[in-house]
Formats: sequence, structure tokens, C-alpha cells
Amino acid sequence: MENPVRAAHAALVAAASARRASREAGTTVRIQVGSATCENAAGAEAVLDEFLKHIRATGRTDIRIHRVGCTGRCSREPIVGVLRPGELPVKYEQVDRDRAHRIFTEHLLGGTPCHDLLLDHRPASATTPLPRTAAPLPQLELVFCAAPRCQEGIGPQLRDRCVQLLGEAGIPESRVRVAEASCYGLCAEEEVGRGVHLLIRPAHRVYRITSAAELEEVFRAEVLAGVALPRLAVDERPVGEGFVELYGDVAFFNRQSRVALRNSGVLDPESLDEYLLDGEGFVALAEVLAHQDPEAVIRTLAAAKLRGRGGGGYPTGQKWADARRQPGTPKYILCNADEGDPGAFMDRSMLEGDPFSVIEGMILGGYAIGAARGFFYVRAEYPLAIRRIDGALRAARDAGLLGPDILGSGFSFDLEIRLGAGAFVCGEETALIHSIEGQRGQPRVRPPYPTESGLWSQPTVINNVETFANVPVVLRHGAAWFARLGTPKSGGTKVFALAGKVRHTGLVEVPMGTTLREVVMEIGGGVPGGRALKAIQTGGPAGGCIPAAYLDTPVDFDSLLQLGSIMGSGGMIVLDEDDCLVDIARYFMAFSRDESCGKCTPCREGTTRMLEILERIVAGEARPDDLERLERLAWLVKKSSLCGLGRAAPNPVLSTLKYFRAECEAHVHEKRCPARRCKALLTYTVIPDRCVGCTACARNCPVHCISGRPKQPHVIDPAACIRCGRCVEVCRFDAIARG
Amino acid sequence: MSTTHDASPPAPTVRITIDGQLLEVEAGKTVLEVAEQVGIRIPRLCYHPDLSLAGACRVCLVELEGTGQFIASCANKVWEGMAVRTNSPEIRQARRDIVELLLDNHPLDCQTCERSGRCELQELAYSLGVRERLFAGARKHFPLDARSVSVVREPDKCILCGRCVRVCAEVQGVNNLGQHGRGFSTLVSPAHGRAMDDSVCIQCGQCVAVCPTAAFLEKSDTDRVWAALADPAKHVVVQVAPAIRATIGEGFGHAPGEDHTHKMVAALRRLGFAAVFDTDFGADLTVVEESLELIRRLEAGGPFPLLTSCSPGWISYLEKFAPELIPLASTCRSPMSMTSVLLKTWYAQSKGLDPRQVFVVAVMPCVAKKFEAARPEHRLPEGDPYTDAVLTTREAIWMLKSYGIDYWNLPLLDFSTLQDDFDSPFGETTGAGAIFGTTGGVLEAALRTAAAKLAGPGEEVPLEFHQVRAVDGLREAEVALGGRTLRVAVANGLRNAARLFDELAAGKVYHLIEVMACPGGCVGGGGQPYPPPGMHVLDPELLRLRAGALYQVDRGKPRRRAHESPGLRRLYDEFLGEPGGSLAHTLLHTSYAPRGPRGIR
Repeated sequence: MENPVRAAHAALVAAASARRASREAGTTVRIQVGSATCENAAGAEAVLDEFLKHIRATGRTDIRIHRVGCTGRCSREPIVGVLRPGELPVKYEQVDRDRAHRIFTEHLLGGTPCHDLLLDHRPASATTPLPRTAAPLPQLELVFCAAPRCQEGIGPQLRDRCVQLLGEAGIPESRVRVAEASCYGLCAEEEVGRGVHLLIRPAHRVYRITSAAELEEVFRAEVLAGVALPRLAVDERPVGEGFVELYGDVAFFNRQSRVALRNSGVLDPESLDEYLLDGEGFVALAEVLAHQDPEAVIRTLAAAKLRGRGGGGYPTGQKWADARRQPGTPKYILCNADEGDPGAFMDRSMLEGDPFSVIEGMILGGYAIGAARGFFYVRAEYPLAIRRIDGALRAARDAGLLGPDILGSGFSFDLEIRLGAGAFVCGEETALIHSIEGQRGQPRVRPPYPTESGLWSQPTVINNVETFANVPVVLRHGAAWFARLGTPKSGGTKVFALAGKVRHTGLVEVPMGTTLREVVMEIGGGVPGGRALKAIQTGGPAGGCIPAAYLDTPVDFDSLLQLGSIMGSGGMIVLDEDDCLVDIARYFMAFSRDESCGKCTPCREGTTRMLEILERIVAGEARPDDLERLERLAWLVKKSSLCGLGRAAPNPVLSTLKYFRAECEAHVHEKRCPARRCKALLTYTVIPDRCVGCTACARNCPVHCISGRPKQPHVIDPAACIRCGRCVEVCRFDAIARG
Repeated sequence: MSTTHDASPPAPTVRITIDGQLLEVEAGKTVLEVAEQVGIRIPRLCYHPDLSLAGACRVCLVELEGTGQFIASCANKVWEGMAVRTNSPEIRQARRDIVELLLDNHPLDCQTCERSGRCELQELAYSLGVRERLFAGARKHFPLDARSVSVVREPDKCILCGRCVRVCAEVQGVNNLGQHGRGFSTLVSPAHGRAMDDSVCIQCGQCVAVCPTAAFLEKSDTDRVWAALADPAKHVVVQVAPAIRATIGEGFGHAPGEDHTHKMVAALRRLGFAAVFDTDFGADLTVVEESLELIRRLEAGGPFPLLTSCSPGWISYLEKFAPELIPLASTCRSPMSMTSVLLKTWYAQSKGLDPRQVFVVAVMPCVAKKFEAARPEHRLPEGDPYTDAVLTTREAIWMLKSYGIDYWNLPLLDFSTLQDDFDSPFGETTGAGAIFGTTGGVLEAALRTAAAKLAGPGEEVPLEFHQVRAVDGLREAEVALGGRTLRVAVANGLRNAARLFDELAAGKVYHLIEVMACPGGCVGGGGQPYPPPGMHVLDPELLRLRAGALYQVDRGKPRRRAHESPGLRRLYDEFLGEPGGSLAHTLLHTSYAPRGPRGIR
């Protein structure tokens, strides 16, 4: 007999499907436009408007606009995709009204893609536009799974063989392309190393290939004959298939494993129908509710080794079990969406791009621990995310996925939104709870932990957005699969916000245990401009700076902690030789000082004093024993503060003192900044042999501190110089030394 | 540190090691409490045993042996096998540095500070060995709020321990104080930075009492008193509240719980007051008037309950938080105000003095009395206040010290010409007035008189009502009086009073309720001396000792029922006429009005 919960879910899917069929009837071409705070800031709304105007003006009824979230490819936004039936999706970058016009007229109407506008086809260093060409784009793509496990066995041989086969058949790369993508998560334990998975695009077929003979068979069918080979095809779909499908050809994306971000940039975040139809929406929930076994949810999460993505890395299964065991009721589920690290936007991207996954994760949490009510705690600075969550909650409620008797299972659960008012510390769980309660957002002493006494002193589970986003996937695809993705201690992936001195910035989701090198050098494309990598700052303002020598460190909770940094919520800032680590430490200390809540003495007073010392150091006013003083304070604040904010605030300082001591000492004892970054420590001098007396520097100096007759070497008055560097910029003879 | 979430019931004892000493201690206690039991007093600052846990100052850190981790001993309960070090070099340095960090953001004006020598921060800095300033830098600067007539707030001296915030919320239920801003420039103040008197502050002064520094102080009136004493045109008299004799000695190093009536009177006389009167007289008068109100209501069948009105902090609370109860409150002025009224009328007349010549000083255990004295209801028709200056116990102690009165060395202050008894007529008082200074005392005093008035012929009249003594916050009792059973209740600390009002709202019937704003009543008043070493503000033991002195005074009095006072009889005969009569009503009674802070109501 059909389980009523499954039947209810199936009915929802059927209804969604019917709605889509009627809505999309007659449309064959899809224009995908990114829509998120970042995309909109880059101009996505104008682009959307432009496409709509064009569709209306041309009277084309077969073209429809598909709004999706963001992919986290910040510097290339707005991103637009053009999907025509039977063809590989084409993505364009940095689209504006003019480019939208070209895309519409040239590609959609004329059938010729705009090569010069393609996403990531232009090197980051290139400043001139690419030439316009009329060449067709590849029609077929063979994407090999490039997970480490696939790479260990015969995977690389098969891939090479495939390239060889193309050569032998005389098929140019411009027509059929061989690519690699990150782990599909398809191989069972016993198959590891014995084969490789191959995705054929745009046909959407996956093959498991274990020998050269099988490869040739697939090659003949798919490439030469253009037909499927059902014998070797597998029914399973790679996780993040939709993502691979859309973006698998882009270097920045195809080394990533999009699990938490699987739907961001793929689905319309405001459409429950799409989540149900294309995002395996609420399948996990329906299965769990059909089984009526909350304990099983917890067992699965524990076996999956899912650890809290908010930074602490506490095992999620353990946390949920702790809350479940508590006798008190009611219990609460809280989603911590108070993302406050400067430069971090993983949570925002997820909430704006895929709110339903987070909601599904929270409902599952509520079911597992026995809660009937939950809250999103979102910072008020995320108005679009708030709007999308709110819309998603309404849609879910209307569909019977939230509220009383979810899917006819007898389980009732509902969610509300609470807004944060801009205090960083409210990301700390006890401060967050106080904030929801209407108290001042300050942490309190733990234990008791929130699982024992949380919101309104009731058992409460607080997890980060990314943690909840992972929950439905874990339950859908199983603990073993998820655990395999990561390290022995920590399953799954982690999303990082890659920024700083790196070619490709944006959101990067990679399996736990991926090395810093892979993230920064391969996905991020390394440091631009031929500069040397100096350090990687991870974990936001409470993280540490990891020197370049540790580039092969696997990124997971424990390894980063050992190096004196933290995973945090996933900030990753790349620093090059031009960055002064003392100045970076000062920057982060200023942030921690400003965001200290003021409750405990070490953090409130200590961060202020540490900042004062760091400011003295970069201003060239350091006292001889300032480094010892700084270190003493840093350890005090780290060891004696009340909450995680204070305990982690000294990390940037301590890691800088540990790995970049010489640089610190140069500032203190020699009043010199080796990176030539600290303005107060710089001196500008004219090199007389090179100066031709062109007077450019003197004319451009804003404080008129450069003197000299025309055609005579000039002189800079160091007392009046404000070290702005303008003279260096304008000198055409490299005659000004900065040191 | 591993956190165990063991569901099994906790063992009654656990074994832990403190500084190498293996101990078997009660489970469920904190490290700080356990250490105290074995004679180690871990330094602390924000911790207060009678307030909620803050864990904010981090002074009470100890080291978890073997791990190098620091934990706050006030916040962590002992667990089996725990090993801590309270004095490792690292811990000693950390504590010293934390206190230095507090000092670095604190004005270094100890010599000129009101709390010099009695400051917890100063004491900590000394005992932890802060001898040099390693981290000094910028300091916070906030304006002084001295606009209140009772409580002065000096945020620059605040070290953000949060005790005032907690006492205001948890003991008084007033929630006037909160932390504002964040980080280095966090500020404790009423909402929106309002002046204390514009806020919901009830002027009880418990913030002053619990503050470890001088961030909260009473508004000083000593200068005005010195000036009046030096003014030959003024006839300066002083009245002393019941609770002062039980605490004034503490200011001079005497143990709590000693009755210092005679020493106190002689010392005040030495200070130059023309007469030293006993507020107990006003207390006796209050009892007579108030028990009459009770009897009248009993005869009329209500309204009930009668709420006592001696505590000005409570009256402020009534007007601000529970105005719907105003019709139930006794209209009697407080003992201080009754005494002051009589000093400027009856006494002035009898001495042939213009009331404006008489300068009335009241020594009170109370900060709110300063507010009461300034209220328009307590002024002569011409506008002069009946009470010209209110000194807290602390201010009075300071004046005696400042004068140079050798309070400690002399077993009795015997200034040959100075007598050490209160002046007449306000010196003839009963035991009923004496016990006004402790929780339950007003109720007991009223019951003593009411019992006598209501007793049938030949019925034995009870004197002592132990069921309303030593009230730990809240007590209800039933008392049989003259064939009736009265349901009475005592509350001290307004949070407790609010609980009673909830019961009232739920329909429970009481006939008489005594409310005191401060925990323990006046002996725990906001103007009382800072507690002696080894004790803390709100310490039940300290309150018990102080109350003991008052019951001792009571037992020593020849008359213990207020209406038996010969002084009172003279007062009614010579001046007031009938108790509850028209002149008594004009002079001894007052009225209340709802009083929201500005912008509310």
C-alpha cells in the first residue's frame, strides 16, 4: 500500500509538473539571469529588463526568462545563460544592457554565440576585449569525474584515451570537448579506483566505465553515432547535476563539488515548483516522515560525519541527539543566518539562491529533535534573503510542507523570521538566543549549552545555514556517500568565500580535506600579476594567517586549528608579497574591537589595547617591548574571554607573531615595513642619478614638498611628505625610491 | 574539556583536586564555592551569590590542571576528577592583567574618590599586585549624571560588572538599568540615556550598594549640612532612623549587629546638632495612625489589603509600576516625614522658633529618602521642605570621621556635657518604632497596636509576632486578632512584592501587606555601610545580625506597643487632638499619584 506521506509528496510534484507544463508550453529557449544581492548590484535587474523588452519587442513566445540565484562567481556578474534545446548551455559574463542586446540579437535571433562575452573565456589579466568570431561552440561535452578516488585508478588513463580517440576520429576540440568535473559522488566503496564516471552533455547521460574497451564503446555510440548506450549507462544522477550541467565547462566551477550550493544559480529560488521538480525538493523530508523514525535522521547525520559549518565544527548528529534526549518541551530549531565576517557571503548566496533546501533541513531538524517551532535569525542587512525566505515559507506553508500535519504525517512544524540588528556577536549562539528573546545580544557562560537550555531556556538546536542546506542531501543520498566526500573526521564539503589577491574570486565549494593549494592555485587561479603568494587568511576576523609554506595543508576543522587558524564560516583571503601582515592583523583587530560586545573584560579592554599597540607599530611609534606586550595580551584574551569571539579575536595577531615574527620585528625595531605598505614607515627619496628634473613630481605633489629647478635633480622634504606615493606614480624615470 | 551530558542522577559528592589537595565535595557546587569551603577565596568581581551568574569580569579564573585552559570558577561546577590550580603563575598573571585592563579604562583618582579605601577594584588591584601599568592607553569618557536628587551615576568609573543591572532587574524588578553601546564604550544607564529621575528609577539605591566602585553613589548632602551647622541663624536638628543604630558602628570597624544608640547620639551631638531626635517617634506615630486605618477598614469591610507606606522606594514603585494599587496604600507619611512635619510645627512652636529657622537633617539608611524629602507633598505651605537634608548612614559616618570624632577608641562617647540619650519629646519611643528598621517590623508593630485595640475584654493580647520576622523576601501568615483572622504578608525586594501583587490580581485576599523596597528592609537599605570583609551586600547573615540589634533594642524598651508611648500621648493631647483627626490628617497623611517617566502615560 502506498504510504500516505509519499503519496502527498507525489501529488505535490505532479501538481507542480502540471503547472510547469501549462506555464512553459511552447517555450523552448531559456534565458537564465542571475538574481541575488550581488548580481543585482552588478546590474542584473537592468539586464533582466532589457531581455524582457527584447522578448516583447520581437513578439517571441518561445523564449522565456528563467531567474536563478547566484553562483558565487562575483567578479564576473551579472551572468546570463542561454539554453537552447539540444545544445550545450552558453553562459555570458558581466552582461549589461548593451551586451544583453547583442546576446539577444546575435545569439538568440542570429544563432551565433558571442564568443567574446563568454563566461571565463577571457583571461583575467586581459584588458582588451576578445575579438568577435563567428565560430560555433562545441556541441558535445564529455565530462569525466575528477574526484581523487577516480584519479587514483584508471580514470586518468581513460580520460587520455578519450582525447586520443577524438584525435583519431579527426574531431576538433571546438566541436567535442573533454572536460573534468569534481566528484559526482557516484562510486560505491568497492568500486573505488576501478572505474570512472562520465557525463555526456547536453544529452544528460552518465556512464560508469571500467575499461578502455567500454570507453570506446561509449565513444562510438555517443560521439560518433549520437545515440545512447543503455548497457553502460547508470541511472543515478551526480549530486549537483544541475550545476554541472550548467557550469561544468567553466574552470572555476568544475573543480568544485557543489553540495550545499547545488541549486544556487540553477533553480529559481522563488519557485517551490522548481525545487520540487528539479531540486529533489522535499524528497528527503517525505522519506523521513514516511518512515516515522526521528532517531534514524540523527543516526544518518552522525554516520555522515556532518559537522557544524558555522565554524565550531561540532558534530551535527551529536548536537541533535543531545537536544532530542532532553525531556523539556517545547524545543526549538534555530538557523543562524547572521553572517557577519567581512567578505563572507556563503549564507547569503544559499538563502537567496536556494531557500527551500535550508527550510527542508530545518524541518528535518525539527522532526529529529521533536521541535514544533523554529526561527531564522537573519541579519537585517540581507533584505533580499529575508524576502526570499519569507516567500519560501509562505509557499511551503501553502503546500502543506510547513504548519500543521506536514504531508499528512501528523508532524507539525512552523518557522518564523527574526532579524538581527547588525551586531557581529549575535552570530554567537547564546547571544543570538538573547537577541531573539528581546534581550541585549550578549553571550552567556556555557554550559549549559543551548541543547540543554537555549531559547526561552528550552532545549534548542542552532545550526548554520550551510549545515541545514546539507541535511536534505545527506538524507537523500545517504551517510556513506556524504562521509566519503570528506576526510575521515569530517564528511562532505565546505563553502569558502575566496577573495583577495587571487585571479578568480567567489564562492568555492570543495570536499573537506582539499588542500589550500587546490583552492587557491587551481580553482582560484593563483596570485595575479606574477606576485608571490605570502599567506592565506582563513576563518574571517577570528582566523589566522597561514604562510605560503603550508599551502599543502588540507582544509578541514582540525588541520586549520593546528596551524593557529580556524575554518570559521569559510572566509579565505589570499595575501601576496605586497601585503603587510602587521597591517592585516591591525585591520582584523580593529574589526574585533569594534564588534566586541563589551561584556567580558579581556575582550572589551584587551582588544582595544591590542589595537592600540598594533596602531603604534604601523605608525612607527612602537616601544621596544611592544611585541612582548602584544603577545601577552593576545594570550590573555584568547585564554580568558567569555565567548568564541573573544577567544578567537587574537588569532590574526598570534599567527602573525608566530609565522611572520621577522616582519613584526622590522616594524618595531627598525621602523621599517618590509612589504612597504605601512605609510608611516615609508620614506620617499629622489634617486639623483635617475632624476632628469622634469618637475612632474613637484607639480603633482599635493603638499608641495618636492623642490628643485627644472632639469636639475629634485629633493623631497621628508618632514613635509605625507607619503601618498603620487610622485612615484607620475615619475616616468623610476627616479623615486620608496623604502 | 569534555562536556558530559549524562542522564543518570548526579552523585552526591565528587572528588576534585584544588591546588594539589584532594577533596571530596558536594556535587553541583561551583569551583569558587568549593574553594571557599576549604579556605581559598578566589578573587572575584562581577560574581554575586544572590544575583544571577554573569561570568563577565573573568577575574575568578582558575587553571584546569594538565590542559592549561582557564575557566571561570564562578561559572563552572565541579566534576569528578577535576583538578584545578587557583594560583599557578599563569593564572596569577592573567588575573593581574585583567584587573590592570579594568584600571586602564578607569579614572586614576583613587585619592579623591568617594570610595577610596572601600573600593573593590582598588582592593583587587592591590591584592593581585598591579604595581605598574603595562597596557595603559585611551580611556572612555561619558558625562556624569548628577541630575537625580538621590542617585549619581558616574559611568567613567563603571567597570561593567553588571551587578547594578542585575540587582535592578532581579531584586527590584525595575529593569531601569541596562548596558548600551558595545565594546570599549559600553555604558550602563537608563534607557535612551535618560537622567535617573526621568527614568523608571525608584531611587532605592541598591545599585549604589552593589557597585564595586563609585560608578553609582548617593547624591551627597553633607556640604549643605556642614553649611547649616556653621550658620548661627539656623537651628539645626537631626533625626535618626531606626536602622541606623544597628549599622553605624560598622563604619568604624565594629562588628555588625551591635546596638550603637548611645554612642551614635553622643557623636551626632558632638557634630553640633542642637537636638538629636529619634525617628522611632515618627515610627510609633505611623503605627498609631496606620493601625487606625486598618481598624477602620476592618470595620468598613475594606478596601483590602492595606499597603504600608514607609518605604519611599516602594512608594515610587507603586506610583510608577502599580498605580492601580494606589487606593489601597496607607496615606500615612513615612516616619521621617511625620517627624520632620512635627519638628517644623509642634517643636518650632514650643521653642518659639520660625519654622524656616529650623533645619531638619535626617540620617537615613535610604537613598530614596532624598527623593521623598524633595517631593512637593512633603513641603511647608511656603514651599520649604519639611526635611532639609537627608544623609545616608554612609554620609553620616563620613561626617563623624571628617570631624575627627574618635568613635573607635572610646568605649563610650562621654563628652561630659553631652548626654547620650535622644532629646525629648522625640526621644520617648517604644519597641514598636525600633523594629521598623527590619523586614516584618512595620507589620509586627501595627499588629501589636491593632491586637490591643481589637482585643475583647479579658482577652490575652499577643505582643511578639514571630511569624512575620526574618522574612527572606516573601512571607504570608495568618494572624488571629480579636476574634478575626487576618491574612497578612511581608515582602522585601520589589520583585517579591510584584509576586504578591500577581496573587492579588488573581483574587487572593490579604488584609495587610508590608512592603519594603530593600532586601531585609531598612537594615539592607541602599544607604547603609558597605559590608564588612567576608560579607557582601544582600548577605542574609549580615541582614540577620543587623536586625538582631533592633530586636535587642525592642526587648530593652519598657513599652513595646506604639500607642503606649507617653510622648505620643503628649503630642495628641497638646497638639494633634484625636488620632486620625483633622489636624492629624493634614499633617501626618499624604497622597500619591501615578507617575510615569517622561514620555510614558
